[in-house]
Amino acid sequence: MNSPTPDYALEITNLNKAFGGLSATHNVSLAIRPGERRLIIGPNGAGKTTLFNQITGDLRPNSGQIRLFGTDVTHFTPYKRAHFGLSRTYQIITLFSGDTLEHNVTLGLLGLRPARWQMWRPLSFYGDLATEAKRTLDMVGLLHLAAHPVSDIAYGEKRRVELAMALAQKPRVLLLDEPLAGLSNTERSTVKALIASIPRQTAVVMIEHDMDTALDLAETVTLLNYGRVIVDGERDTVIADERTREVYLGT
Amino acid sequence: MTRIALAVLAVSLAILPFFAGDFYINLASQALIAAIFALSLNLLVGYGGMTSLGHASFLGVAAYISALMTTRYGMGHGLAAIVSIAGTTLMAAFFGLIALRATGLGFLMITLALSQVLWGLAYRMSDVTNGDNGITGLTRPMPFGVPLDNPASFYWFALIVAVFAFAMMAIFVSSSFGSTLKGVRDQPRRMAALGFNPWMIRWITFVYAGFWGGVSGLLYVYYHKYIHPTSLSTTSSAEALLGVIAGGSGTLGGPVVGATLVLLLKNYASAYVERWNMLLGLVFLFIVLVMPTGITPGLRKLVTSMRGGSR
Repeated sequence: MNSPTPDYALEITNLNKAFGGLSATHNVSLAIRPGERRLIIGPNGAGKTTLFNQITGDLRPNSGQIRLFGTDVTHFTPYKRAHFGLSRTYQIITLFSGDTLEHNVTLGLLGLRPARWQMWRPLSFYGDLATEAKRTLDMVGLLHLAAHPVSDIAYGEKRRVELAMALAQKPRVLLLDEPLAGLSNTERSTVKALIASIPRQTAVVMIEHDMDTALDLAETVTLLNYGRVIVDGERDTVIADERTREVYLGT
Repeated sequence: MTRIALAVLAVSLAILPFFAGDFYINLASQALIAAIFALSLNLLVGYGGMTSLGHASFLGVAAYISALMTTRYGMGHGLAAIVSIAGTTLMAAFFGLIALRATGLGFLMITLALSQVLWGLAYRMSDVTNGDNGITGLTRPMPFGVPLDNPASFYWFALIVAVFAFAMMAIFVSSSFGSTLKGVRDQPRRMAALGFNPWMIRWITFVYAGFWGGVSGLLYVYYHKYIHPTSLSTTSSAEALLGVIAGGSGTLGGPVVGATLVLLLKNYASAYVERWNMLLGLVFLFIVLVMPTGITPGLRKLVTSMRGGSR
């Protein structure tokens, strides 16, 4: 879309967002390279999800800039950003619970295709969508449940459907909002392996509290507190930093 | 089983004028018109999650345009029908721009307000609309030279239009666009994050529903050969909404059943009880308590549970 290959997949400059007097995002600047694995950490209320919501366009920042592959998308609607290769999952599961797993993933595929405006052919007409949806479900290990409605499956499986919907879109930037929340140990390792297997053309930005699992997946880490970037850099540098211990690890 | 039932229904609808008297044929015609109207409202309420209290605007405006075009401007029925439907659809496009600035309760209030404006205009602009006297002396069209003045021929005409309307709306909701409409109803934020434009999806549906509302209005004015501001009133919108919800919103058969029920109650109960609205309210209350999702889904559930029980 942009002629020279931009240096950053996602670039945030001086982003500010306040709710009344509370500053939820304070002068945040971040730069994420294509294919990077970034972990965003910080205590509850640090403004992590608020930051995600501004990146996706669900929230308008008060000031600052958001760029996707060099294009200023700060004033783009959420759906337009999706067409720029941005995809996300939700902390609170946001699926179409009455529909089958296959239908959920198919919607993810449909969102980026012109067939979404088709008014006389049923979804089932598009065999390639169904094939692709099944392939993605297979990738997350849920192919055997493809025909079941989401309301029938277990919580841990729903988390994986969240991921499948986003992965089906083959995003260039993927935002994962606590993908491990509420999972058992076995489920954690399944999802961890899944995230690790995300192809390198996708940059992954992840909010996660489970440090043991998440740190293994991350190359770079950003620590947020009270809406500010406290520490930002290579994983080991951030972990070793005493401000990280102070804010997050609590000692 | 259901196929046989549907075939029996289709045949009995087609041959109804051979065994029913004029009164019942006329009643059936009215039911068909109400069904098209309810189906179009259901696109918004049931499939789009946009509860409107102003859908009668489209029925009423289509009817008024047709009436005015044929009486005041001496237009033929064919041209008047085209002008009426085109005008109503354009109005829906414009109303959609206003009403879809909001969702939920805000949307409901705006549709209500817009329809009240039209209703007020129909009453007050009496040099155009003839105000409270309504427009009389209308005629029915003669499609392909067939006069529609006897009940049976009008019924068949209405049946053809209704079957076509039902099919078109059924195709619309089962299409891939229909899936996105239901998606926007259930998870609008997620849909936007997936690359869908929720506003555009709602607006297109609003215009399409306005179009079919207009078609029902055209049949309505042909049937009654008369149009009065009440057809634009909130009562008229609310009755249709009641039918949709009672029958089962978000299903294809529900609005047809619900609209027919409301029509029958109106016709029969009003003969015995003066305050038939009260009876309608009670019946509605009963349905909501016993079958919260509506008659059609409720009966389906009952049938499956009975079949399951006998096994």
